[in-house]
Amino acid sequence: MSQTRYTKDHEWVRVDGEDAVMGITAYAAEQLGDVVFVELPEVGKEFKQGDELAVVESVKAASEVYAPISGTVTAVNDALEGEPGKVNESPADQGWFVKLKVADAGELEKLMDDDAYKAHTE
Amino acid sequence: MADQPLHRTPLYDLHVELGAKMVPFAGYEMPVQYEGVMAEHHHTRKHAGLFDVSHMGQARVTGEAGALEALITADLGALETGQQKYTLLLNDEGGIMDDLMVSRPEDDFLFVVVNAATKGADFAHMRDRFGTRAELIELDDRALLALQGPEAVKVMEDLCPGACGLKFMQAGRFELAGFEVLVSRSGYTGEDGFEISVLESEAEALARALLADERVKPIGLGARDSLRLEAGLCLYGHDMDETITPPEAALTWAVAKSRRERADFPGARRILKLIEDGPERKRVGIVLNDRAPAREGTEIQHDGETVGVVTSGGFGPTVGGPIAMGYVRADLAKPGTPLELMVRGKARQAEVVKTPFSEHRFFRG
Repeated sequence: MSQTRYTKDHEWVRVDGEDAVMGITAYAAEQLGDVVFVELPEVGKEFKQGDELAVVESVKAASEVYAPISGTVTAVNDALEGEPGKVNESPADQGWFVKLKVADAGELEKLMDDDAYKAHTE
Repeated sequence: MADQPLHRTPLYDLHVELGAKMVPFAGYEMPVQYEGVMAEHHHTRKHAGLFDVSHMGQARVTGEAGALEALITADLGALETGQQKYTLLLNDEGGIMDDLMVSRPEDDFLFVVVNAATKGADFAHMRDRFGTRAELIELDDRALLALQGPEAVKVMEDLCPGACGLKFMQAGRFELAGFEVLVSRSGYTGEDGFEISVLESEAEALARALLADERVKPIGLGARDSLRLEAGLCLYGHDMDETITPPEAALTWAVAKSRRERADFPGARRILKLIEDGPERKRVGIVLNDRAPAREGTEIQHDGETVGVVTSGGFGPTVGGPIAMGYVRADLAKPGTPLELMVRGKARQAEVVKTPFSEHRFFRG
């Protein structure tokens, strides 16, 4: 079973088969409020860890989302276009953002695990 | 500014008790949301929302009405007892210093409500110009609540039946749930509703009496902003400021006809010329044919050329999509004109539309 890892900027990432899937945490979704639009990158785009990967718009404001690890986008969650509210309803599951072909598995190890992230948000 | 201690309204403890997320706003700690902006917005459009607007400035003006009239665009001579006007406070060049509400709830005084961020400057300017002709007393012992939405009148039927006789832009003194209040039939959401001025010491009890009605929910500043944007209403410091004149802001309607004839308001010469010739830039409503909201400061282009800037923008929950207001070159102000909004460097297709974005439902009788 793969473990979910977290960034201090409230992104989550977990290995799912060949790729890693990522999104924003329930904590981040709660802070943002009602999500009304998510701007996702195109498939094939490459990101370095920490690059701006997506933008989440709530009723009030826009917030950047960063790549939790380096990699190439292999899939994006098209469902968010019609139902951006999935980010609020199911941030860790149906509200995923993109799948990434992992460039360096070592980067995953350096991210926070469940307990560390819990401590980070308290 | 950052080091200034924030003020609290008399409803601060109640906001916290109701689970509000508090944020700094115009020098006050204010509730931005309770359960969520979207839910609060829809609740106000469907039922009734209660807003704490105690941060706004309230004042009582006595003496010659002409002393105040000389600084604003309304015809106060024509303001009968029980009436209210939306008007503009202008600097000597005709730039907008603030927008405000003036009413004459009773014969012997005018009641003025101004914006929170500008109240100090507004009142100082008024006092300075009044001289001995009129007196301004700041009512800093009063709170202000707004009850807005299609069911606001039903809530008031039980608590303050007298106020239900008011029509849009009328005001008077009433007893509400046992408290002496000043009520006007007005608001900032595009919905039917009431603004209620009450003694600070009685504000919390009054708010609780209104919230006891299950049709009423507390609403934060987040939804107040999305509601007013959908209603196409200007926000001071964003959609207007001292560099903008009423014709540019599409607020010529707030300059009374009689005042135009008399040409006796601040900056009259310049403004009358702008009304006659048409301004070079104009405030318009904009709808995006895209899901990405365009925020304040977004550059507006037309055929690749910069033609203006967004002054208010976001997502309209009732409209169900992104909407904005901004200034464009006057020849591009016609509804249907295609524009591009440069959101994060990418041109998003948009077009000029008539405001309001969501139909007004004021009670005009």
